Amino acid sequence: MGRLATITRRTFLVGAAVVAGGAAFGYYKYQQPYANPLEGDLAEGESTFNPYVKIGTDDTITVIAPRAEMGQGVYTTLAALVAEELDVTLDQITIEHGPSSPAYFNEAGFRDGAPFAAFDRGFVADAVRSTLGVASKFLAIQMTGGSSSTIDAYDKMRHAGAVAREMLKAAAAEKLGVPAASLKTEAGQITDPASGKVLTYGEVALDAARRDPPSDVTLRDRSKWKILGRSQPRRDMPAKVTGAPVFGIDVDLPDMLYATVRMNPQPGGGMTRFDDSQAKSMRGVKKVIAIDSPYGKGIAVIADNTWRAFQAAQAVEIEWADGPGPRSSDDVSTLLDETLATDDFFSLRTIGDPDVAFADAPREKIVEAVYDAPFLSHAPLEPMNATARVKDGVLDIWAPNQVPTVMKMVGGRITGFEDAQINVHTTFLGGGFGRRLEPDFSDYAVRIAMETDGRPVKVTWTREEDVSHGPYRPIARGRYRAVMDDNGLPKALVGSVASPSVIAGMVSRIMPGITPAGPDNTLVHGAFDQPYGIPNYRIDGYKLPLKGIEVASWRSVGNSYNGFMHESFIDELAHAGGKDPLSFRRELMKDYPAALAVLDKLEEISGWNTPLPEGKARGMAFTLSFGTWVGEVVQVADVDGSVRIEKVWCVADPGQVIDPKNFEAQMMSGIIFGLSAGINQKITFADGAVEQSNFHDFDAMRMSQCPQIDVAILENSDHMSGAGEPGLPPVMPALANAIFALNGKRVRRMPLNEEIDFV
Amino acid sequence: MKLQVNGAFHDVDVEPDMPLLWVLRDELNIKGPKFGCGAGLCGACTVIIDGQAVRSCQTFASDVTTDVRTIDGLAKGDTLHAVQQAWLDEQVAQCGYCQAGQIMNAVALLENNPNPTDADIDDAMSGNLCRCGTYPRIRAAIKRAAATKVEA
Repeated sequence: MGRLATITRRTFLVGAAVVAGGAAFGYYKYQQPYANPLEGDLAEGESTFNPYVKIGTDDTITVIAPRAEMGQGVYTTLAALVAEELDVTLDQITIEHGPSSPAYFNEAGFRDGAPFAAFDRGFVADAVRSTLGVASKFLAIQMTGGSSSTIDAYDKMRHAGAVAREMLKAAAAEKLGVPAASLKTEAGQITDPASGKVLTYGEVALDAARRDPPSDVTLRDRSKWKILGRSQPRRDMPAKVTGAPVFGIDVDLPDMLYATVRMNPQPGGGMTRFDDSQAKSMRGVKKVIAIDSPYGKGIAVIADNTWRAFQAAQAVEIEWADGPGPRSSDDVSTLLDETLATDDFFSLRTIGDPDVAFADAPREKIVEAVYDAPFLSHAPLEPMNATARVKDGVLDIWAPNQVPTVMKMVGGRITGFEDAQINVHTTFLGGGFGRRLEPDFSDYAVRIAMETDGRPVKVTWTREEDVSHGPYRPIARGRYRAVMDDNGLPKALVGSVASPSVIAGMVSRIMPGITPAGPDNTLVHGAFDQPYGIPNYRIDGYKLPLKGIEVASWRSVGNSYNGFMHESFIDELAHAGGKDPLSFRRELMKDYPAALAVLDKLEEISGWNTPLPEGKARGMAFTLSFGTWVGEVVQVADVDGSVRIEKVWCVADPGQVIDPKNFEAQMMSGIIFGLSAGINQKITFADGAVEQSNFHDFDAMRMSQCPQIDVAILENSDHMSGAGEPGLPPVMPALANAIFALNGKRVRRMPLNEEIDFV
Repeated sequence: MKLQVNGAFHDVDVEPDMPLLWVLRDELNIKGPKFGCGAGLCGACTVIIDGQAVRSCQTFASDVTTDVRTIDGLAKGDTLHAVQQAWLDEQVAQCGYCQAGQIMNAVALLENNPNPTDADIDDAMSGNLCRCGTYPRIRAAIKRAAATKVEA
């Protein structure tokens, strides 16, 4: 127990979040379920069985999928979990996101906060995961992120379907005077095979919902599944191919006003004064107000049309105060070097004694490299927006968001309302990528709605406002060193990674005033937790003491920069050892069968051992993130000195796949999101403000640049794991490694277009 | 001014320099065209005017003299346009926010060039940004739609 005690004594950050959230532990309390939030808001003739299922006497069957649909397909996949056990078809149910409620807390996302590698399933690692799982219930955050939705829902939502089915059968059995066990259920109907009598779910729903839920339901074995494990047509697809108004930005309410914000371009800076005399005289402008929020200082214009609000916001003359942050990107670079020169770091996993290995090593056996990754904007295609209304003592927020319970918390803080006075309506999200975990856009909307005398107001940011204001994916610098042995393999590896803490930033934004200390696992994710059997190994995390610039979760979080650095370095070591990069990894990963199977499959589908013609080359990388083992090969071609990315092969093992076609889409999505960042994107600072503002200077991959992508899925891993993020981390290093193989140029700094021209 | 959208005429009272996008979205409550960048860089606001794909955020409403086609009018009742059907069949959309613009751009491409080559598709579609990375399936859907129309 010594190791467990040491770990829990440390203030690691997810723990800090729990304490700050006021959680009090107790097993009795933990056993009590949260109230069913559907109880108070049922339609005529409708009954609810648990927080996931409603059935009406008219046979309307509603399933709650309480995670943000931001492109990853949870709307369909989560509903499918219920449908499988409830014995209904996917096309006969109505799917809703449902209300904001602690009943929908995310346990899997928090279990993943434990400071261990995914392959560490030892007693200590699992004990800490369980503790965090318990804590998650008290913290009660309804959150979509961390590639956790399906894992979190997998048992809960199948169970919800099974319990409702058994209650329906019990009610039918009583009505028909036969034993429940003799009844069959299919497609929303209950059949008594003996008499041939058929009842619909709607006919028995009212009686069924009054019964006590059974405590002994058994979930069906995989071999019995009819829906799960097979690709399903996405239920959100018809709305999305017809342009239906399903996004936050499409919200339309009677008497609605339109607004926009213009905040200090220097992060953390204040507003000295503003002159709205010209703006106020412009057509359609109702009001110009100051915004003084923990997330920014500036102005809002309220008007009768979004474009008029945009125009008027530009016409307001504003005197900004400087922010507390660095004046330039060079200042941040200096801070990175200074931080790496300190001995203030944390290490979550040490193998052997790397310090001794380095002390004894001859100079010519040492390999060193330094890698850089920039700040990045999320830039989801739907600009930041939220609609709010404060009327008759009730606050309503309509927002495309990843964390409805936090939106509620923010709304309560501004209005002074209790939870019961606040409704959060989560729409579809036009992309999230972590940006919509942030409270700022809802905070501003609520402040503006306090000024509109009960009229709803939709607040839309310009793209410029989005790109030029954080929170951003953090900047990072990694210094890697290794000692090679006489067989061309690394004897020791130490990585030193400096980056501002994402978790500290997120906690302090959700709960202003709390400044969490201690290690941040996410800072070293994608490095410390990789399945390489190097005998002396350690990754040191250095929290960058950066003021002013806020940093956030950005698709795959720390894996997004550590994957690049760690896997570029592994490639450098393979070349230093005179070995093929794939064989080199195979030697180092020999104790991890899931990893070896990924490498074998990758070798096969990419034709790794088939020579390419002159002017083409392949590179590969591997990252285990969010529990999913992913290897990728990128093939590039030289086009008159520029580089074309021709093909990407991806092999992923998440243990178990619920919807293969959707899983494939998520891998492609991660790959293209990663390539966009890898070839093009950076956020830089000058005069204390961000230099980029729209897609002309913060572009993403275009169709003409997009490679052909082949995805293969394996199911060897012994734990089900995520899909939304793990496709991303290996693609940037695989690209950089392919470029090295093509022209011998080792690019250690993202974005790669600072040194390479891409077609 | 008068504006014709998907065959229907509307009277609108707006400044001459208000972009068509905002007249459609905020004045006429036609929400198919999306706001993504406001600068003609992302294509989310794409509509079809005179057979050409046009960025409605860069078009003054007062300059429009003929019918504006938006995704809202693309299907005929419950029957999807061949391009929409191809999008369904290929399961293209993820977040879906860019797809109204992608589909309108693809419709214009296929009306002008019923059998586009891969290079034609890349050229025509590269002004339409997708942050979710649906490009491989968009390519497949355009080819499927083209094949459907050839058969029909």
